[in-house]
Amino acid sequence: MATSVRATSDGTPGSSRNAPNSQHGGDPGPPRANWRVRLFRLDTKASPYVYIAPFFLCFAAFGLFPLIYTGWLSFHEVQLGTHATWVGARNYKELWDNTFFWGALRNTFTMGVISTVPQLLFALGLAHLLNYKMRARGFFRVAILAPYATSIAAATLVFIQIFNPDYGMMNQVLGHFGAGHIQWNNSKWPAQIAISTIVTWRWTGYNALIYLAAMQAVPGDLYEAASLDGASRWRQFISVTIPSIRPTIFFTIIVSTIGATQLFGEPLMFGGSIGYSGGSDHQYQTLSLYMYDKGWQTGELGQASAVAWVMLLILLLIGAVQMLVARANRRKLGG
Amino acid sequence: MAELTQSIPASGPRQSAAPKASRWKRSTGAGRTQSAGPVTYILLIIATLFSLFPLYWTVVAASRTDTELITPPTPLLPGSHLIDNLKIVWSEVDMTKALINSTIVAACVAVSTVLFATLAGFAFAKLQFRGRNALLTIVVTTMTIPPQLTVIPLYQIVSNIGWVGHIQSVILPSLVAAFGVFFMRQFLSEALPVELVEAARVDGAHSLRIIWHVVFPIARPAMAVLGMLVFVQSWNDFFWPFIALNQQNPTVQVALQGLGSGDHTINHAVVVCGALVATLPLLLVFMVLGKQIVGGITAGAVKS
Repeated sequence: MATSVRATSDGTPGSSRNAPNSQHGGDPGPPRANWRVRLFRLDTKASPYVYIAPFFLCFAAFGLFPLIYTGWLSFHEVQLGTHATWVGARNYKELWDNTFFWGALRNTFTMGVISTVPQLLFALGLAHLLNYKMRARGFFRVAILAPYATSIAAATLVFIQIFNPDYGMMNQVLGHFGAGHIQWNNSKWPAQIAISTIVTWRWTGYNALIYLAAMQAVPGDLYEAASLDGASRWRQFISVTIPSIRPTIFFTIIVSTIGATQLFGEPLMFGGSIGYSGGSDHQYQTLSLYMYDKGWQTGELGQASAVAWVMLLILLLIGAVQMLVARANRRKLGG
Repeated sequence: MAELTQSIPASGPRQSAAPKASRWKRSTGAGRTQSAGPVTYILLIIATLFSLFPLYWTVVAASRTDTELITPPTPLLPGSHLIDNLKIVWSEVDMTKALINSTIVAACVAVSTVLFATLAGFAFAKLQFRGRNALLTIVVTTMTIPPQLTVIPLYQIVSNIGWVGHIQSVILPSLVAAFGVFFMRQFLSEALPVELVEAARVDGAHSLRIIWHVVFPIARPAMAVLGMLVFVQSWNDFFWPFIALNQQNPTVQVALQGLGSGDHTINHAVVVCGALVATLPLLLVFMVLGKQIVGGITAGAVKS
């Protein structure tokens, strides 16, 4: 890195046209140079905005506007290609009265918990292991990240085979322990566990690497001090590592919660041709699937928009709760 | 969420103050220096097996027949029917078109994201302007908006201009991503000495010249990593392509969905073979560039 920096600083600015003094010093300069100085100043002032403009333009067009428009739609009755009619809060009221919506909400929550919690705990443990000095650490890192290279679609199709109740490997293995007849698709909890396993498998390595990066920024003398005080390795992990990387843990909790709220592809494909209903008895229909069902199967875009906005409200709620927890935590530790 | 947006920009200066630009290339392992014992290796090997086994088994199942696959015990070694299965995959869905589409989409999205994210990341990292922190907070906050909140109007727009089933409907909304902006900002605030930008300015270089001759050369490794990450993400993206495209003009993921949920009797070996086709290009990239990708993820991570 350092060499490339030096190479550039030697090469480029030196080769640009003016000597430093001619621009800067008391050179009175002809009007042409004056104009140039003004242009230069304008460039300095305006260019930051030019550089960030593409992001904000793209966000305004494909993020902010649709976000608000979805909110507007949620108060209307509208089919694709028809005019919207104002119906007030009726869409929300219909959701409130709808048992499938509440089921989807519950499923999103339970699958969120059983995929996020093990995923982050495994990741934390793995990061701790990877943080030791060892041979082949590069290999281990790449290997645990490999599932990240697979897609939702591919991973789910493979796991469907593994979790097949009749011939799947999972039931064969469990059969050795006398529990080989689990209906991974048709019953509720096994199906939710199977789907959560796919999520956990794909994301554990990714989170582990994020934790690892945070752990490597923890100052070594903290550990030295702890071991001088006679703290065991486990004790150090709990009392030094975890508190030191708390912001990162917080970050991954938020990101995985957001991911869990959007769970869509895994349950859709896990259900095969009836995927969007979330299984034979809606037992793993998530909010996203419910929204897709409303919007693209039934064609009620207003209802679907209401579901989308409920998701936003839930995310805001979770964010607020997490913020309060984090603040309380900090106060407790900060004294 | 507010906590997140506060903690991230705050981590910037502290981190750049640390004299450790080398962290980008190779982790220094500043935290722990204890060596791994046998237990660590055993646990890591178990974790690796869990991580790699489904991938290995994908190859196994893709090279077997449907009958072999659905007759217990499940085969654990590759068979000899890979070519036959591939032929069936290609006869059931238009895999060639899907692979081409996915490549075009992922490449366009990666190139444009890297370009725009580098510009924005540079501005946020090294340029002074009014509203910088507030705008950066907005960038970070937008990462938390789920796509579900935007797909309905997007679909209406796309269908009004007749783009449903055309890949530009997938490319256009993802031209630049908040993650990329944040990633490049993190990298550049660490790797690009502000004196260098100032020196170039004093020399009278206009800002495009600075970008071209100072920022891009320094940012090149990060741009490469971001490009790979975005490519992987875009290649694997499912939700919006699934809604905006269809089986006549799919990306690989959409084609796979079609393969797995057709009305005809499903040939399981063929379905897994399709999954292999969809994953293999990225796995090859991973085998070659795995370390750089790992480095990129850890460098883009939020550090405390």
